[in-house]
Amino acid sequence: MSDDLVNLEVNGEPVQARKGQMLIEVTDANEVYVPRFCYHEKLSIAANCRMCLVEVEKAPKPLPACATPVAEGMKVFTKSPRAISAQKATMEFLLVNHPLDCPICDQGGECELQDLSVGYGSDVSRYTERKRVVKDKNLGPLVSTDMTRCIHCTRCVRFGQEIQGIQQLGTVGRGDRMEISTYVERSVDHELSGNIIDLCPVGALNNKPYRFSARAWEMTQHASISAHDCVGSNLYFHVQNGHVKRAVPRDNEAVNETWLSDRDRFSCHAVEHNDRLLRPRIKENGEWRDCEWVEALEHSSTLIQGLVKDKGAQSLGILASSCSTLEEAALLGKIAQGLGTSNIDHRCRMVDFRDQKADSQFPSLGRRIAQLEELNSILVVGSNLRSEAPILAHRVRKAALAGASVSFLSTEKYEYLFPVTAYLDHNAGSILANLAALVAAAAELTAKPVPAHVAAAVAGGKFTEQHKAIVSSLMGEGESAIVLGLQAVRHAAWADVRALAGALSQLTGASLGELSEGANSAGASLAGVLPHRSAGGAVREVEGLNALQMMQEPRSAYLLASIEPGADLVADGAVDALKAADAVIVMASFVSEELLACADVLLPVGTVAETSGTFVNVEGRWQSFAGAARPLGESRPAWKVLRVLGNLLDLEGFDYDSSEEIRDELLARVGEGVAASTYQGDHVAAITAPDTTRDIPMYAVDGLVRRSLPLQQTGAGLPLNTATIAAEVVTAEAGGN
Amino acid sequence: MTDATNKTALLSEHTRHEIDHWVAKFPEGRQRSAVIAALRAAQHQNEGYLTPELMDAIAEYLDLPSMQVYEVASFYSMFETDPVGKIHVSVCTNISCMLNGSESIVEHVEKKLGIKTGESTPDGKIFLKCEEECLAACNNAPMMMVDHKYYENLTPEKVDEILDGLE
Repeated sequence: MSDDLVNLEVNGEPVQARKGQMLIEVTDANEVYVPRFCYHEKLSIAANCRMCLVEVEKAPKPLPACATPVAEGMKVFTKSPRAISAQKATMEFLLVNHPLDCPICDQGGECELQDLSVGYGSDVSRYTERKRVVKDKNLGPLVSTDMTRCIHCTRCVRFGQEIQGIQQLGTVGRGDRMEISTYVERSVDHELSGNIIDLCPVGALNNKPYRFSARAWEMTQHASISAHDCVGSNLYFHVQNGHVKRAVPRDNEAVNETWLSDRDRFSCHAVEHNDRLLRPRIKENGEWRDCEWVEALEHSSTLIQGLVKDKGAQSLGILASSCSTLEEAALLGKIAQGLGTSNIDHRCRMVDFRDQKADSQFPSLGRRIAQLEELNSILVVGSNLRSEAPILAHRVRKAALAGASVSFLSTEKYEYLFPVTAYLDHNAGSILANLAALVAAAAELTAKPVPAHVAAAVAGGKFTEQHKAIVSSLMGEGESAIVLGLQAVRHAAWADVRALAGALSQLTGASLGELSEGANSAGASLAGVLPHRSAGGAVREVEGLNALQMMQEPRSAYLLASIEPGADLVADGAVDALKAADAVIVMASFVSEELLACADVLLPVGTVAETSGTFVNVEGRWQSFAGAARPLGESRPAWKVLRVLGNLLDLEGFDYDSSEEIRDELLARVGEGVAASTYQGDHVAAITAPDTTRDIPMYAVDGLVRRSLPLQQTGAGLPLNTATIAAEVVTAEAGGN
Repeated sequence: MTDATNKTALLSEHTRHEIDHWVAKFPEGRQRSAVIAALRAAQHQNEGYLTPELMDAIAEYLDLPSMQVYEVASFYSMFETDPVGKIHVSVCTNISCMLNGSESIVEHVEKKLGIKTGESTPDGKIFLKCEEECLAACNNAPMMMVDHKYYENLTPEKVDEILDGLE
């Protein structure tokens, strides 16, 4: 181990470093600050800003700390007169062509150039010539440009090359005419494109929807968790006078590293959308009227109690969104239990529940997210990964670039910006047929018997060299994983897909995992928002109706939490079932014509930015957050609404003072941990129907995202208003064959 | 894939042959090194200038992001990315040529062709390059380059002769 270490001195202090490390990594690790613009720990080294020049003993000239490897006995001085003078000279050059427009620049107050010019800039400029002006570029609806401010650090260029995998920005021209540009005007279309806003050390690339709307020092920063995919990216909401102005990533190496997907970054621009429901409303004789909270809640509890008394508790159906917090889910579970119904579910986009008894405690990736990049082989089944979970796609990309074999099996061929070992799409047959072929290949290569429950489905299955190659990479040295995506989960034969994938995992030794809808499918499962299990995974005595059955066998009353019927419920006739019901009580952040037609009581609840709560991500990580802003209008955090509703329904155990109490109560019951990474069931798989599944567009996954104007203006957005999006989503079937 | 084949179809047989020739000179996977040669061939094929479509075709052919081709094309002054005349005339105006009267040569060319530096003749035949830095023929200054050919020890009469003789 000591062979890998070298000893050096930084500013007279002895320090140790690993061989091959760059000086700036060592100074950072030892809390010695060296100024920099182009260096970024997640990007390759460019050494083109020259701001990190330091003095090294015996070196004839100051050296860039970011590109100078450590050496035994090296003596480094970061604050010597020579180092400081080199840094100051660099700063003078950088400021030569930088406009003095800080007062009108969005970056002002959080600008690396501005900050460092305080320390290293001269108070008088010696430059009297004309400054250069660069034409702004149009990079689309998310990123605004002021290219005159660019200092050519090329972080955005390297981000494109190295992180996105598609270089859209480049350095055009040379010398004093060099510009960062797309050359041909085109918007930056990538699900992680917004990160160049954070990477840009100056005000050249900024957040377009946020532009000119606040100053960095006027806002307060609130740690939160993203609500739109099963990753649970860590972020901060920046809030000014109670208004959410923007979202920025919060570093968490275990989850999202330092990145944030565009969906997570720009969804907050819908928090104050015109569709927001601002006051409780009641429908009386077909007419809607605003009312007070007391009346709305009492009316709701009277409706529910009346129907339960007349028609029995099973006449009630409860549906939660997969983006509802753990606390909301727990309270909905308690309400269901208290009323005596087990018709409660959150799996609103699933259609095949045959094998639900074999579900693990919660839908799990079967691994830590950070482990994905260390895998040697990955098979992704039924997924549009970049759209379903951009951060996971990035991890998989890192694995592929590090040499892992990554293969895909899905209905459509989606573009991945890394080397893909094998891609089986509908041209190669259905997902089920290919899985059976893979199992058959695995049985032959391992010389093990095909697990009994899939034997019939696999029997006589033909496999190709491609199947064999995928299987042998899964069996190869190192860890491997099979990941089932959301198109697999939404598949009409999900049980068969999972059983076959389970058999493949069993034969090859690869872990089995799945993605899940929204930010909190895992939390909702743990909290017992399931018709067959109560909180903690206990099997219910009486199995209730699942999300699909509740619509196919209409109930008299429904309680919906943050569900928009047309867009979020996949059951045919869901809207009609709701319209026909005697009472539909909806906790909603947004209203639509459709919701007005379906509901009888509307209870306004806050969005994710306006409530405290917890999301459990796909690796079983519990991440709690506080509300960033006061809920808009009369709306309230959903858990508080449910607490009062529980009390009005005369149910036991609804005396919580904070959302933490709800979480802690549940945590004590279920514990935190990773769920199983193998298939536990014995579903007898059959290959029957062709693939029928859904690809829900990236920016149509939930109410907030569907209403985010900047996201809808992108190439991946939908050129439709939200009402028509809602209709579109349900009918959008990704091609079977 | 059909889209991709359409893009590379813009490159002529000869251009592709030229690119292949240069790609073969570099180690496998280093086809990016052939970008300059590819641009030169494509510019020649297109009679004097590059278009975004041609650059995209090269990117496709060499399996590179288009941006990397744009970067090289915009960096080097021998590549023209806006429509210009077919024959590139560039008079050296660097120090040795300047001391030997290149300014009057430029003036003469401008007068004769009726265009300023950086412009092309209306018939699209001749493009007078903006400026040309030292082409390493100082011993016979003043000089100019017509396409890839050097003409040295210039006098106005000699320039007339050269320009009149252009096809």
